[in-house]
Amino acid sequence: MFRQSQVLEGESEEMHGARSQPGCGLDRRSFLKCAVASGAALGMGELAQPAVGSPSEVGQQKQDDARFIVEARFYEKQKNLRIKCKLCPRECVVGDRERGYCGVRENRGGTYYTLVHSRVCAAHVDPIEKKPLFHYLPGTVAFSLATAGCNVNCKFCQNWDISQTRPEQIPASYVPPQMVATLAKQNGCPTIAYTYSEPVIFSEYVMDAADAGHEAGIRSIVVSNGYIQEEALKAAYGKMDAVKIDLKSFSESYYRNVVSGQLKPVLESLVTLKKLGKWTEIVYLVVPTLNDSDAEFRGLAQWVKTNLGVDVPLHFTQFHPEYLLKNLPITPVSTLERAKAIADAEGLHYVYIGNVPGHPSQNTYCPKCRHMLVERVGFTASKVLIRKNGCPFCHQPIPGIWNA
Amino acid sequence: MSQVHIASRRDFLKRALTSTALLSGTCGSALLTAAEPGAAQAKSKVVIARDALLRGTGSTVDSRRMLSLLDRAMQALFDRDDPVENWRRVVRPGDSVGLKVNTLGGRGISSNLQLVEAICERLQEAGIRAKDIVVWDRDSGEMERAGFRVSVGGNGVQCFGTDGVDYEQDLALYGSVGSRLSKILTQRTNVLINVPVLKDHDGAGVTIALKNMYGVIHNPNKYHPNGCDPYVADLNMLPEIRTRMRLVICDATTAMYDGGPAYKPDHSWKENALIVSQDPVALDYMGWQMIERKRAQKGLKTLEGEERAPRYIATAADAEHRLGMNDPTRISRVEI
Repeated sequence: MFRQSQVLEGESEEMHGARSQPGCGLDRRSFLKCAVASGAALGMGELAQPAVGSPSEVGQQKQDDARFIVEARFYEKQKNLRIKCKLCPRECVVGDRERGYCGVRENRGGTYYTLVHSRVCAAHVDPIEKKPLFHYLPGTVAFSLATAGCNVNCKFCQNWDISQTRPEQIPASYVPPQMVATLAKQNGCPTIAYTYSEPVIFSEYVMDAADAGHEAGIRSIVVSNGYIQEEALKAAYGKMDAVKIDLKSFSESYYRNVVSGQLKPVLESLVTLKKLGKWTEIVYLVVPTLNDSDAEFRGLAQWVKTNLGVDVPLHFTQFHPEYLLKNLPITPVSTLERAKAIADAEGLHYVYIGNVPGHPSQNTYCPKCRHMLVERVGFTASKVLIRKNGCPFCHQPIPGIWNA
Repeated sequence: MSQVHIASRRDFLKRALTSTALLSGTCGSALLTAAEPGAAQAKSKVVIARDALLRGTGSTVDSRRMLSLLDRAMQALFDRDDPVENWRRVVRPGDSVGLKVNTLGGRGISSNLQLVEAICERLQEAGIRAKDIVVWDRDSGEMERAGFRVSVGGNGVQCFGTDGVDYEQDLALYGSVGSRLSKILTQRTNVLINVPVLKDHDGAGVTIALKNMYGVIHNPNKYHPNGCDPYVADLNMLPEIRTRMRLVICDATTAMYDGGPAYKPDHSWKENALIVSQDPVALDYMGWQMIERKRAQKGLKTLEGEERAPRYIATAADAEHRLGMNDPTRISRVEI
């Protein structure tokens, strides 16, 4: 069924023990119960592990499962049956029978299709703090899901086994939008989270599931790299109630060499989200030697202050060796503290340190009177003191979405 | 570049012995491995074998003529008359041999069935058990659409896609490439015979032998930027591929000069040829030139003119990769 216990939250989840001890995963029985209650035919059954080197047991899904295949939005047709994808800034020009860089969108005879609509390869009930969203309904849980695929290739990706793969290469279940809303509701989740891999590449599904969720009174949030064209961002993320953007660096060279993307479009997405009035938080994964200079931290903080304002939460999170960057050490806590000190000095109000359990900079403090307003232990908001969207001690407004 | 050079048997043996000396220590029998052109000073040989009557009066390739064409190509490559003896230069009893075909293009432009049957026939005559031959590509459904019949188990030739067995969990790494490899390559075979097609590719310029290895990995979509350069070369450097690659038999019965990789009948032509070499770089270079000549005949711009020349071929030949020769003065082209 779903991968339930092995997915990590983008690049920022608190990692210690998370991979093996999910804590609050949706177990198979619960999922089946929900699914049956929803009257849905899952069809997939439990997929066996493939036998070693032998095709006697099917290890992959059929490429052509029609349930998952929907004409893509955001592309234009070109001559000779080519298409140009307009979903992300990469603008793949894709020939007939070929796929884009993401691996989940395919040109078939001059029409571009997404292969991952309702094709969920990972689902989990996660604390919202795991996203992390610290100024959005603290202490609540989100029905979190992903499909295969990603439009970049970060060398540090924690979930590369789902993000850097083709949809037919991993087990998945058919979970149409209405079922997503039903499952969220049945699991006590006020929020659906599109996460783990890269929601940009399953934008059509994000939009449809968000609509279904809103009809059922369930909100939607997205955990994304922000590497998306403006029109698609407005259409897809315009339906979100909150957004977390992984701003992976403040240098183009890092984006080029480590991420296989570009910085500028991500910055533009952040500005667009601000214009749309979307509650947005930023995560910056600090990778030793690659994006951890004072100048970069300062440049980032100044840019955020100038373009987004001082109230946008900025999370500096700890890197753990993974995927293609196993040669680097875990980020020293002192580096994260240095980053926070620089951002604080630039005047940002909500600068957090992530992936370091127990660190006091996981808590939310009033920028005016410095009282602690939200205490966090691990993924749990153990104490939430915010009242009427503000500090109960000095009445300073605290930006965010605090009430369900 | 277009000179026809047929090396004598003596030349060949001399060259082979030189290679043996250079390669000893890295493989059990150098004569059974692909040429290492970076190490040897000899020219790489590329044989282009044609049969104008390959299809008789119809459109289907004649099996008997295909077998004969294959034999002639192998004779020219190895300078020996006995077809089976030539195959014993490539494989030996006990080997598990994978034929990596290319089936993306459906029935219009996929590795030719009669060619694959001919290879399987000669492999068995050379002592390979039928069940130790695997005809494979990435996806069984794609193979069936190209006309292959999926066959698993029993004592016959095996035929299936990686979708049936999955990819290795661990990443294989070289340069810009980090990929999971097909378990057919890593666990079912110790010899790789590359059976690509000859065609244009809108991103890479051409797709022939080197790029056919994109069908071996789980994430080929990540390696199409920049005309697939240096990804194609880096991928072919993976030891799991490089040490298994013994021979390339490119199906140029039908080829495409534009509009690839999907089949475009209006942009294809019947070359009725096989291109055979132990040097995939040299073979790709020669195949590229054939496509350019056809493009010129059709009044199309060169691939360079369309800013999609297959630069990865030069990268594969460079000092870092040394996968073969792309210098035409160091390629012995044999046309028969």
